[in-house]
Amino acid sequence: MIDSFLLSLITVIFVGGATAYLGSLMIAKRMALVGDALGHVALPGMGLALLLGLNVSLGAFIFLILGILLIWYFEMKTSLPMETLVGVVFVTSLAIGFLIVPEVELLEALFGDIAKVTLRGAILSVVLSFASIFVISMIYSKLVMANISEDLAKAEGVNIKKYNLIYLMLIAVVVALGIKVTGTLLVGALVIVPAAAAKNFSKNLKQYTYGSLAIGAISGVAGMLLYNLTGFPAGPLIVLVSCVFFLISLFLKR
Amino acid sequence: MEEVILKVSNLNVELDGDKIIKNLSVDIEKGDIWVILGPNGAGKTVFLRTLLGVLPYRGKIEWKKKVKIDYVPQRLPMIKELPINVKEFFELKKATYREIINILNSVGMKEDILRKKMGDLSFGQFQRILIAWGLVDNPDVLLFDEPFAGVDVSGTESIYDLIERMHKERKLVILLVSHDLNIVYKFAKNVLCINKKQICYGKPKKVLNPKMLTELYGGGIKFYSHEHD
Repeated sequence: MIDSFLLSLITVIFVGGATAYLGSLMIAKRMALVGDALGHVALPGMGLALLLGLNVSLGAFIFLILGILLIWYFEMKTSLPMETLVGVVFVTSLAIGFLIVPEVELLEALFGDIAKVTLRGAILSVVLSFASIFVISMIYSKLVMANISEDLAKAEGVNIKKYNLIYLMLIAVVVALGIKVTGTLLVGALVIVPAAAAKNFSKNLKQYTYGSLAIGAISGVAGMLLYNLTGFPAGPLIVLVSCVFFLISLFLKR
Repeated sequence: MEEVILKVSNLNVELDGDKIIKNLSVDIEKGDIWVILGPNGAGKTVFLRTLLGVLPYRGKIEWKKKVKIDYVPQRLPMIKELPINVKEFFELKKATYREIINILNSVGMKEDILRKKMGDLSFGQFQRILIAWGLVDNPDVLLFDEPFAGVDVSGTESIYDLIERMHKERKLVILLVSHDLNIVYKFAKNVLCINKKQICYGKPKKVLNPKMLTELYGGGIKFYSHEHD
């Protein structure tokens, strides 16, 4: 039997790294709060999974995909900004989620409980995180080009629609992974805070992306160690460690 | 007669129900410099973007096979959101270090600019880097969107010299969008005037006359004589 603490530790390193790595693209695209809001979109999916006795992460993932498709559909139907649409979808999901998530599990769904991770769950998280990091690194320069200017990217022959779809799928995957660690309420922090901290002190793209990934992973480790010491829930501790990194980065600002 | 690089026939572009470009036709040959002239809102940028394949259109746009097109946009406001340095900006195009250094030399810049963040460049530096970025992978055609907008007179001269030199060295086809009549006199071998529809087309000396300019810009513009070689 592998120590459950060790399992959670390995899981948060990978999940923290993957969410932060993708986060470096998301905050550059001014989509920081999309990750945050999507965390809440997962809530009804988790509730349904609990009611039906299915895998909670799978339920979260399916609802994330549905949420993304819904936002994408609304965006075509109205001229309201993305931000507003995400807002509408996320409060709706939250309200439904509160109604259907059983009360006993609600706290866990909201704040996560990585300490309870199983061997299978840990392996799945590590594999998916690793795969996400790999895919992100493969398409990073194309997405950066599309971020800078879609026209420029298209002139270079980048298929924007294809890469945007891959990008949105990646968001759904890493947010679903992140929810296991911090719960739906705080998953946005895994995406936003490490990237924001890295951006403050970075002189170039390399420092920024790998810095973000490293801060995400290190915050995971430090948060888990603090959890072991104090017994407070791991999710909020991980988030707070990354916030400390952010505060430090303010003084390292180049 | 040089080889035709781009043939546009009966181009129509409609965005959100507005007709932006009506029945535009033009042939562009190898080694040509074209200025696309027209007032603000005339559809010049839309024309460039349509040529790039970014916008839907009716009519025909036929590029010569395997032609390499590059685009130098007017500005890149979003680039400040990323801590990307000049070297990394070139690497997005998979340019090698040697290629980057060579092109920097051609636009009169030194290696030390490579470590600067794109967002920290001065306006003039930024403009040169964009031109260099357009040129680094040896395109056959370069599309410029208002490269002189917001540049002072001496800056305009040097960017103009630079484009002219690049054109000569590489036999590039250049399509340059501008709302500034001076640019045409200094620069163009050919001019295409548009204000939603095609108003003139051909050699500047032949086609630019007061009547045409009144039609292009409305009554407000004074036609001034110019020195030309």
